Amino acid sequence: MMRKSPFLLGIHAEPPRLLRPVLGILPIVVLVAAYLVVSHVRLQENPRDKLTPSVSQMVSAVKMMAFTRDNRTGTYLMWADTLSSLRRIAIGLGSAALVGLFLGLHMGMLPGMGVTLLPAMTFLSTVPPLAILPVLFIIFGVGELGKVMLIFIGGLFVITRDIYYATRRIPREQIVKALTLGASQFELIFQVVLPQIMPRLLVVVRLSLGAAWLFLIASEAIASTDGLGYRIFLVRRYLSMDIIIPYVLWITLLGFLMDSALRFIVNRRYPWYAAAQ
Amino acid sequence: MREMPDTNSLLVLEDVYKAYGAKVVLDNIDLIVNGGELCTVVGPSGCGKSTLLRLVLGQETPTLGRILINHKAVGYPCPDRGVVYQRYSLFPHLSVIQNVVLGKRLSAGIFERISRRQEFLDEAMYFLEKVRLAEHVDKYPHELSGGMQQRVALAQSLIMKPGILLMDEPFGALDPGTREEMQVFLLELWEEFGMTIFFVTHDLEEAVFLGTRILVLSQFYSDDRGDACAQRGARIVADYPLARRASSTVVKEQAEFGELIQKIRHEGFDPGFRQHVRLFNLVHDDSFQTLTEEEHNME
Repeated sequence: MMRKSPFLLGIHAEPPRLLRPVLGILPIVVLVAAYLVVSHVRLQENPRDKLTPSVSQMVSAVKMMAFTRDNRTGTYLMWADTLSSLRRIAIGLGSAALVGLFLGLHMGMLPGMGVTLLPAMTFLSTVPPLAILPVLFIIFGVGELGKVMLIFIGGLFVITRDIYYATRRIPREQIVKALTLGASQFELIFQVVLPQIMPRLLVVVRLSLGAAWLFLIASEAIASTDGLGYRIFLVRRYLSMDIIIPYVLWITLLGFLMDSALRFIVNRRYPWYAAAQ
Repeated sequence: MREMPDTNSLLVLEDVYKAYGAKVVLDNIDLIVNGGELCTVVGPSGCGKSTLLRLVLGQETPTLGRILINHKAVGYPCPDRGVVYQRYSLFPHLSVIQNVVLGKRLSAGIFERISRRQEFLDEAMYFLEKVRLAEHVDKYPHELSGGMQQRVALAQSLIMKPGILLMDEPFGALDPGTREEMQVFLLELWEEFGMTIFFVTHDLEEAVFLGTRILVLSQFYSDDRGDACAQRGARIVADYPLARRASSTVVKEQAEFGELIQKIRHEGFDPGFRQHVRLFNLVHDDSFQTLTEEEHNME
């Protein structure tokens, strides 16, 4: 007799292939529908309600923010905000990746450097970066540098440690093999080990993106004159949910796109890395 | 068996000890290997075969004693000695041809690397044809079968023309059919290129089939240092020359082949049989043994 697995329930369930995407999208549809219903009901009761704006209200808010030149600054606010925020993330996380790669690679390959720096790195990576935000603002000022430094420091120690461990995970056999093939110490580090670490660097940057966005929004909320985080905290004073919700969706989309792009690059440029995982 | 070596040989180990803390792994190893030999090393698991190979490679240093290659003390790993491991011999981020050409590139200067680029690639192709992988040059290691990966590893080492090629259980992870193929294949290459190979394996049949000489490394022996059953570091308890055979696996079925295997299994792999250091079967012409006084105060 044929065994029949249940559709959905229990550990033996085998959801039909066609049904899977439908099931996956279901919770999102439910959430959106629930919002639309609540919004509709509330606006029926009080058309001036600001907490749950309708879709058309959000669309016109986006039109105003993204496609109308702002009178005071003469820019399209949403694009200007996006640009400043992305620049901060790119500079902060990018430099953290570069410095972290350099430090982690050398700590992993040069035992003298490893034993000297690892305890300090371990200690520093446990300091919550947001707790030292005031310190950063005091030292580097509340301008661009302070915000970029927060993202930099928030990423640096995590990336350094990760790259260190990735370097250490390269089998000893490979190192010895490269030496028997005539590699100098310099060649070993930069031509044998570094290319193998590159995909891991992209992966750890990808995993650090979430934290980087958190630090970005936090620092923009506290002291800034532009940026996506600055904007949502600014319009919060006027309860402008019609701006906040599209902005949050936009930030989410940006994060998702960056994540996908990095994942795409890793799979595309380093097929051997994906195969080894 | 001789008392002292003339150190004119390719590889010389004299009074080599290796201990990790209080645990002695290798105990007074004496060994000479001459050029052209395919020297196999067998022994029970945990007897320190791989440790011995790492010492020769320069990956580790002996606690006592000296190791000479071409009359020079062994330093860090370098192109004098090639190596093929069971795994991790290939660089996962490089294609087959890049893996093979890597040694040439790393050993060359920056300008040479550019000016002789094509020459290096041609040489790599030559060796890839030798290992019969010419159609797979652009694949990555993860796209190859285990046997093919080991053939690339061989080409990768051969291109450097090392004085001695060290192999650490190179066929240990292959299925029996591929394994036998690779054994025959290795013999062909060994013959064609006149290589000197130091081949570590736990597979007795493989060792007897491949070698021109077999070394049996074992911790099961006795000497006059007291408490006969104490855990000793391993020594070379037997050393036989092996007849050169046609590279055919038919010999594996011959009675003589089986008898030698049985004999070695008894001498090296049986914890109950502990031969005295002075009675080891060190039959090979090159074998020698320097005993300390404590080890043989029988007289």
